[in-house]
Amino acid sequence: MFRFVLQRISLLIPTFIGVSIVAFAFIRLLPGDPILLLAGERGMTAERYAELQQVYGYDRPLLVQYGDYLWGILQGDLGTSIVTKRPVLSEFMTLFPATLELSFCAIVFAAALGIPAGVFAAVKRGSWFDQTIMGTALVGYSMPIFWWGLLLIILFSGILGWTPVSGRISLLYYFPQPTGFMLIDSLLSGQEGAFKSAVSHLILPAIVLGTIPLAVIARQTRSAMLEVLGEDYVRTARAKGLPPLRVVGLHALRNALIPVITVIGLQVGVLLAGAILTETIFSWPGVGKWMVDSVFKRDYPVVQGGLLLIAGLVMVVNLIVDLLYGLINPRIRHN
Amino acid sequence: MICKTTIRTLALGVSMAAMMAGAASAKTLVYCSEGSPEGFDPALYTAGTTFDASSKPVYNRLVEFKRGTTDVIPGLAESWEVSDDGLEYTFNLRPGVKFHTTDFFTPSREFNADDVIFSFERQLREDNPYHSYVEGASWEYFNGMSMPDLVESIEKVDDLTVKFTLTRPEAPFIANLAMDFASIFSKEYADQLQDAGQQAQLNQQPIGTGPFQFVAYQPDAVIRYRAFADYWNGKQPIDDLVFAITTDNAVRQQKLLANECQVMPYPNPADVESLKENPDINVMEQEGLNVGYLAYNTKVAPFDNAKVRKALNMAINKQAILDAVFQGAGQAAKNPIPPTMWSYNEAIEDDPYDPDAAKAMLEEEGVTDLSMKIWAMPVQRPYNPNARRMAELIQSDFEKVGVTAEIVSYEWGEYLERSKAEDRDGAVLLGWTGDNGDPDNFLAVLLGCDGVGGSNRAQWCHEPFEELIQEAKTKGSQEERAPLYEEAQAVFKEQAPWATIAHSVVFMPMRQNVTGYVMDPLGGHWFDGVDIEE
Repeated sequence: MFRFVLQRISLLIPTFIGVSIVAFAFIRLLPGDPILLLAGERGMTAERYAELQQVYGYDRPLLVQYGDYLWGILQGDLGTSIVTKRPVLSEFMTLFPATLELSFCAIVFAAALGIPAGVFAAVKRGSWFDQTIMGTALVGYSMPIFWWGLLLIILFSGILGWTPVSGRISLLYYFPQPTGFMLIDSLLSGQEGAFKSAVSHLILPAIVLGTIPLAVIARQTRSAMLEVLGEDYVRTARAKGLPPLRVVGLHALRNALIPVITVIGLQVGVLLAGAILTETIFSWPGVGKWMVDSVFKRDYPVVQGGLLLIAGLVMVVNLIVDLLYGLINPRIRHN
Repeated sequence: MICKTTIRTLALGVSMAAMMAGAASAKTLVYCSEGSPEGFDPALYTAGTTFDASSKPVYNRLVEFKRGTTDVIPGLAESWEVSDDGLEYTFNLRPGVKFHTTDFFTPSREFNADDVIFSFERQLREDNPYHSYVEGASWEYFNGMSMPDLVESIEKVDDLTVKFTLTRPEAPFIANLAMDFASIFSKEYADQLQDAGQQAQLNQQPIGTGPFQFVAYQPDAVIRYRAFADYWNGKQPIDDLVFAITTDNAVRQQKLLANECQVMPYPNPADVESLKENPDINVMEQEGLNVGYLAYNTKVAPFDNAKVRKALNMAINKQAILDAVFQGAGQAAKNPIPPTMWSYNEAIEDDPYDPDAAKAMLEEEGVTDLSMKIWAMPVQRPYNPNARRMAELIQSDFEKVGVTAEIVSYEWGEYLERSKAEDRDGAVLLGWTGDNGDPDNFLAVLLGCDGVGGSNRAQWCHEPFEELIQEAKTKGSQEERAPLYEEAQAVFKEQAPWATIAHSVVFMPMRQNVTGYVMDPLGGHWFDGVDIEE
C-alpha cells in the first residue's frame, strides 16, 4: 500500500508543473493588458505605461517572469493581486472556506438523495418510479444553473418567503469567524438563532450546486446497481433466502459503490465550475466568483495563483479517490 | 502567543456581543451594493464601487460636492482664498474635527494641516514612505488629473492653514480637491502603522473623519459601518450602515422586495416599470453625468469635412437607439456635456433626423459609395449598455443614405489603445463619465488639442474651440467661465466631430420608508442624511 501511495504522489509533481505552465500561459494568451485596464477610458501616457510595466515586472522576458513566478511558488508566495494589492494566498484562504462549505453540503445533498434514488430505480427497473427518477435526473443534468437558481429564489424566497434570498447568514448576526466555516462559527458564537440562519442560507445554494452531481450520481448508481444485481453472487444470495433489503443493501450496493465513489470524486471539478455561477447568484463569498472577476480584470497573479490552488485541490481530491479506490478494491493496488 | 490571540479573539467577541445587544434598538440601513471594493484607500483606485465603500462613508475632503449637485462647497476647509495670479490656494481648515476611534486606532489629536499634507504628499512625492506602501501603488486618478505637474508644493502655514502652490493657473483645481482621491487621511494613524510595520493596513482598515466609521469587511459578502458619534457635521440618523454585496441585479431586486436590503443601485432597466408599480418601493431617477458618442476620425478623408460629419449625424435615428439600446433609461444627447452640468447650452438645437437631407448633403459634398468602419466596444458601460446593438442600428441608418459600414471590435484594453491612433480607420463608439463635475473634464479631455492621439478620439484640434476652453481654464469664477463653455458647445455642434448619442438615466430603487436619500449626479452613493422611518 505504501508503494502505491508513493507512486500516486510522485505522479502529482509533473502534473503540478504542467498546471503552473498552463496557468501562467493561459491568462497571457488572452488579449488584454492589466495595466491598460487599470486606467480604463481615462487612459495613460506612454511614459506612465512603461513605468507601470516596470513596477509590475511585465517588461521582462516571459521566461524570466515564469522563473520568478515558479520561485515564488516554491517559497509559498503566489504574488500580490494587481487590483486589490493583497497577497493572492491570503485572499484565497479568506474565501475558500465558503466554497468548501457550500461544495461539501452540495455533494452530501447529492449523494444522500442520488444513491437511494439510483438504488430504487435499479430495483424497480422499468417501473413508473424508475422512469420518473431517470427523467428528472436528465432534466436536472441539463438545467442551466443560473436559471435554476433564480427560479428557486423567486419561488422559495420571493413568493413563499421560506428561505433568505442570498448571503451566508442574516446580517443581524455578527461574530468572529475563526474557522471561516459559517455552520461551525455560528455554533461557536453561541448566539441564538445564528446556526439556524446559517443553515437556512445554505439550503438553496446547496440544492442548486448539488443538482447536476445529484443527477449524475443517481444515473451512475442505477447503472452500477443494474450490473451488480445481475451477478451470480446476488442470485445466490437471493436463492439462499436472504431478505431483499440485505441482498440489495449489503451484497449489491457495496460493490456497486466503487464506480459511484469515482464519480463523486470527479464531481469536485464540476462543483468548482458550478460554484462560479452559484456563488454569483447567491452572493456567496467564495473563490469561484473571485476567479471570474480576476479573469475579466486580467489580474495575472490572482488568475495564476487561483488556478494553481484550485488545480492542486482537484489533484489532491483525485489522489484521495484513487487511494480510497485502492482500499475498496485490492486488485487495483496490486496491479 | 496562543494566549494573546485567544484573549484578542475573546475581546473581539465581547465587543461584538455588546454591539449586538445594542443592535436590538439600533437603526440599521442595508444597502445591496453591486460589488466588492478593491480596497479602502480611494486614491489607489478608480472604480465607483470602491469609492462608495471607502471615500464616501469614511472620509471627508477639503471641499465637497453639494449633495445632488456638482457645486463645490466647504468640507474640511471652512474657506479658501485664491491669489490674483491663480497660482496660490490657501485653505483655512475646520477646527475641532475628530478622527474615528475604533478598536484598532485611538487618535490623540484632532485633524490638522499635517493630515492634509500627508494625504497629498503620499501621492505626490516618491520619497514619502507611503508612496509605494502596497505593491503596485499607482495613484491613477491623481496622475490622471495631471496633479503631479500641476502641484508645485503644499505648505503648512500653521496648524489650521495649508497653502497649495500651482505651476499654472487651473480653474478646475478646486473641483479636483472634492474628488475621491483627495480624501483626507490621518497622519497619526499612518505613522503608527509604519512604526508597527503594518503599512498595508491603511488600505484595509480605514480611519477618516467621515460620517461613518469602518467596523468590518468580509470580502464579497458584507461591509459594516457604524455612525460616527463625534462627526463634525452631527451624528447620522441611522446607527449602522451595512453593505450587503450582491453582484447580480435580479438577486438585488429580490432582496429589496424581501426587505433584506432597503436601497439597491443599478436595477435591470426592463424591471424598472414593475418596481415603480410596487407600493413598497420608491424609484428615484436622474440623468447620469455621462455622454455616449460616435467619434469620427477628423484627420481622415472624407471625415475631415464638417459637412460630411454633419450629414452622417443627420442619418442617425437616436430615438430608435434610445428605445432599443437604453430601453427607456436614456436621453438623447445634443451637447458633449450632460444637462446636469453647469454651462450646459440649452439653446443649441440638435441635428434633425432626416435621411433624405443627409443623403443630399453627402452627394453635394461629392461623397458617394462611402465605405467605413464603426467600432463597437466589447463591454457594457452606463453611457452605452450595448455597443454592438447600437453599432448595428447606426449601420442600418447609414445604409439608408448610401453609406456601407462594417462593424469591428477588439478586447477592451486593445480597443481603448487602438482607437487612439491618429490614422485610425473608422468612427469609434465610446463615452465618458464625469469625474469632478467641471465642464473642462469633458471638453478639454475629450476634445482639446492636447488629447489628439489620446483621449480625443475624434483627433479633432479646432482652433476657435481650443481658444475658448483654454481661456475658460484661466478664469476664476463659474460666472466668467460658463459663457465661454456655452460658446464652445456651439462651435462643437457646428463642426460635429462626434455624433452625440445619449446620456444615460440612472435609477435608484429603495423601500418607501427610506428618507433623505439624494441622488448624486457624479454617480456616487452617499448615506449621510439618510434615515429609515419606523
